Amino acid sequence: MTAQTVVTPAAGRQRRWNTAWLLLLPGGLWLTAFFVVPLFQLVATSLYDPSGSEELGYAMTWSWSNYGDAIDFYTGPLVRGFGYAAVATLLCLVIGYPLAYAIAFKAGRWKNLMLILVIAPFFTSFLVRTLAWKLILSDNGFVVGVAKTLGLVADDGRLLATGVAVVAGLTYNFLPFMVLPLYASLEKIDHRLIEAAGDLYASPVQGFRRVTLPLSMPGVIAGTLLTFIPSTGDFINAQLLGDTTTTMIGNVIQSRFEVGDYPAAAALSVTLMVLIVILVSVYIRRAGTEELL
Amino acid sequence: MSTVAPSADAAEHSTRSEDLRLSALTKQFGDFTAVDSLDLTIPAGSFFALLGPSGCGKTTTLRMVAGLEIPTQGDVRLGADDITWAKPYRRPVNTVFQNYALFPHLTIYENVAFGLRRKGRKDVAEPVREMLGLVELEGFEGRKPNELSGGQQQRVALARALINHPQVLLLDEPLGALDLKLRRQMQIELKRIQVEVGVTFVHVTHDQEEAMTMADTIAVMHGGRIEQMGSPGELYENPRTTFVANFLGQSNLVTGRVTGRDGEDLKVDAQGAEVRVPAARANGVDGDVWLGVRPEKIVLTPAGNRPDRNSLGRAEIVDVSFVGVSTQYMLRMPWRQDLMAFEQNTGARAVLKRGDVVEVGFAGAHAFLLDHDQDARAGVDQDLSL
Amino acid sequence: MRLGRWVSDHAVLAVALAVLAYTFLPIVIVVLMSFNQPASRAAYTFDAFTLNNWKNPCGPEGLCSSLVTSIQIGVLATVGATLLGTLMAFALVRQRFRGRSLANVLIFLPMASPEVVMGASLLALFVAGGLGGLLGFWTILIAHIMFCLSFVVVTVRARLQGMDSRLEQAAMDLYATESQAFWKVTFPIVFPGILSAALLAFALSFDDFIITNFNSGQTVTFPMYVWGAAQRDIPMQINVVGTAMFVVAVAIVFLSEMLRRRRERVR
Repeated sequence: MTAQTVVTPAAGRQRRWNTAWLLLLPGGLWLTAFFVVPLFQLVATSLYDPSGSEELGYAMTWSWSNYGDAIDFYTGPLVRGFGYAAVATLLCLVIGYPLAYAIAFKAGRWKNLMLILVIAPFFTSFLVRTLAWKLILSDNGFVVGVAKTLGLVADDGRLLATGVAVVAGLTYNFLPFMVLPLYASLEKIDHRLIEAAGDLYASPVQGFRRVTLPLSMPGVIAGTLLTFIPSTGDFINAQLLGDTTTTMIGNVIQSRFEVGDYPAAAALSVTLMVLIVILVSVYIRRAGTEELL
Repeated sequence: MSTVAPSADAAEHSTRSEDLRLSALTKQFGDFTAVDSLDLTIPAGSFFALLGPSGCGKTTTLRMVAGLEIPTQGDVRLGADDITWAKPYRRPVNTVFQNYALFPHLTIYENVAFGLRRKGRKDVAEPVREMLGLVELEGFEGRKPNELSGGQQQRVALARALINHPQVLLLDEPLGALDLKLRRQMQIELKRIQVEVGVTFVHVTHDQEEAMTMADTIAVMHGGRIEQMGSPGELYENPRTTFVANFLGQSNLVTGRVTGRDGEDLKVDAQGAEVRVPAARANGVDGDVWLGVRPEKIVLTPAGNRPDRNSLGRAEIVDVSFVGVSTQYMLRMPWRQDLMAFEQNTGARAVLKRGDVVEVGFAGAHAFLLDHDQDARAGVDQDLSL
Repeated sequence: MRLGRWVSDHAVLAVALAVLAYTFLPIVIVVLMSFNQPASRAAYTFDAFTLNNWKNPCGPEGLCSSLVTSIQIGVLATVGATLLGTLMAFALVRQRFRGRSLANVLIFLPMASPEVVMGASLLALFVAGGLGGLLGFWTILIAHIMFCLSFVVVTVRARLQGMDSRLEQAAMDLYATESQAFWKVTFPIVFPGILSAALLAFALSFDDFIITNFNSGQTVTFPMYVWGAAQRDIPMQINVVGTAMFVVAVAIVFLSEMLRRRRERVR
């Protein structure tokens, strides 16, 4: 009996450990083979001889200069990629917060319906939606007409094929990624806390600033990350709504790959990934919520 | 620490049940010892309560009996069978879980029939009907658990377990989620059902009132061990540790010293007052002691009237709480200790006021002595019940 | 004073409704354009009402075959990702084991990576492995299973975490063996989570352009078709497909919501 007492729990733990690995193995292998390994290959590709081609093949020459060259050559798209994404993220936050707040606190029995309405437009194809924006912002369209009347756009100016259109497209397409996490964290706030703030002489604005906003920070952080990260790498909006002066880093990566300039494209991809990781970790550190990961 | 509960009357109701024996039962989680070498025999057919504050190891003990936790050491026996290592579905033990754990996707009927179906019974309609009758839930067969009130869910959980005719029924804080009034009602109900079916009930709770109302025998657990075991009356009237004295009801503990013996009584010097306590209630202690008196055993008489019983001297009333059936007084003793006294509102005397000075007395047969080395505040504030 | 209070109470709601209206603006355009008879092939403006696009959605060459390809890949990717992801979710919630946080990172990373990096790195792998010539249906499928997997794990895991693990214990206490407890209790309770994970996976796969674009070779999915068309002239039929997608998806959501309501209303 004593022997059994010692052996059995350990054996049980062993068996459980094996079950866990058996369940994790197929998916884990898939992610490793088609996500992790490719990332290493991407880094390797970024160091290939830049003079190689698809026909002649590529030689591993540890060409670190690929990075310098790519960054020098594509500084504009790189800066635009992050700049446009940052502006779009901020706009998403500004228009997404009231929406999430209203659904969480003001919608009452229409809560579920409003949530469905938030997601519903995004059931159509990303590309079809973006093409619709092309029409909305077209030179003889309604939006440009109103903007010209208000003097926001010069009489011979246009919106389509400008940075404004690209940012508008990004803002639109990634809005649900902001609204849903915001809603999730606002929904968890006990409404009595906000009433308590009011009871303790906080004006509605102070109550929001001192209670609601701090408590919704996890949602703000998750939302901004979920909007910012995919926006930086996006090239659909810049391609369909912008022109050659609005190319983002994603466009360059895509076109470099298309013409077979793999080393430069890979170097840019790695640069993008590294910059995102740095920015995100600084941001999370500053925001003080590491548990998000 | 080998303790055997007195055989309960209920034992004769069930002839096929057998005693539940835990010996040297130990459970460690890492460095933490949740249950520490527990020896316990629960007689067949009894209503047994494991009472203690949260984290005392009572639920872990229950889970080891249910087979949901594997002991680190020791064994669990049901009659002659060693069930220590048996899978939960291979032991004649069923559980009423805390918050019930009813299957949300199944109807009440299917919830109750679940165990029988797993055992391969085909004709479940009759027993299910019978069992729903026992818990007074006829007509609820087609509903889902979330359409029932807390009290009704509680009954379903009970029916779902009892239908399998277990030898032992485990109840893990079964009434914890109910409001006070419903809890009272269910306490009586549970006791009725236990007597009716005659199954051994092992009831885990942190609510001392709940344990005292229902159980034949209570084991008070603390820190993975059993502090004291006995009938509710025994535990209340003669607690053997400060923890039990404070956890089960309230106690006034006054520092004293045994100075001698006078026939059946021990003479105790309590802060200068000489009092007598029957030696039988001394719990075998000597020298420095805690003199314990329950608040309702304290008798207050107007100052000057020397009481014909043990007196602790004069005290000033510093606080009065009127609670309807009784009045609670806080008494400031000459040695700066505050004692509690409860007095029934019989109407025989006007309620005393703050600032009144009274004589504090008690009958020796109502007091008890405890080892002075124990912490006088053990178990205070750990009673979470209302 | 009373008016001021009403305005301040409803201002947020008004802003929210305005934002909602803004999100529906392109949908209105898509629906409208699906009935458009363009004046010329180059012009992408509304000219005249017609039902022709709806009567003949497969008119433009390659549109319907791209739709079929997208649906095939979507279904296969959904099955693959749901299967692998559900297993992983069970391991993460129900089992204690070493290397758990590593597994969590592995699942979190794909969701936090820009699609362009995932697409590019997969392409780099295929090319380096000498598979550049084999790009097509199967490489798209591999990529789709990869990026849908994490979303499935997260969705199923949330449902599993919301499930009281004592229900399984209760089943075992009531004489259910481990496998009976799983099939009679755990699986039916988690199933809605698995279903919504599958729907999410299909939606993600069906709509993906960026990763697909890198690894598609000569295979054309529906988003690839739209992309190609946008460079030349845009057939109005893509708006028919867009409208149909919208209607089908909204119908599914409302249907499931109604079913849920009915189930709750049985009392």
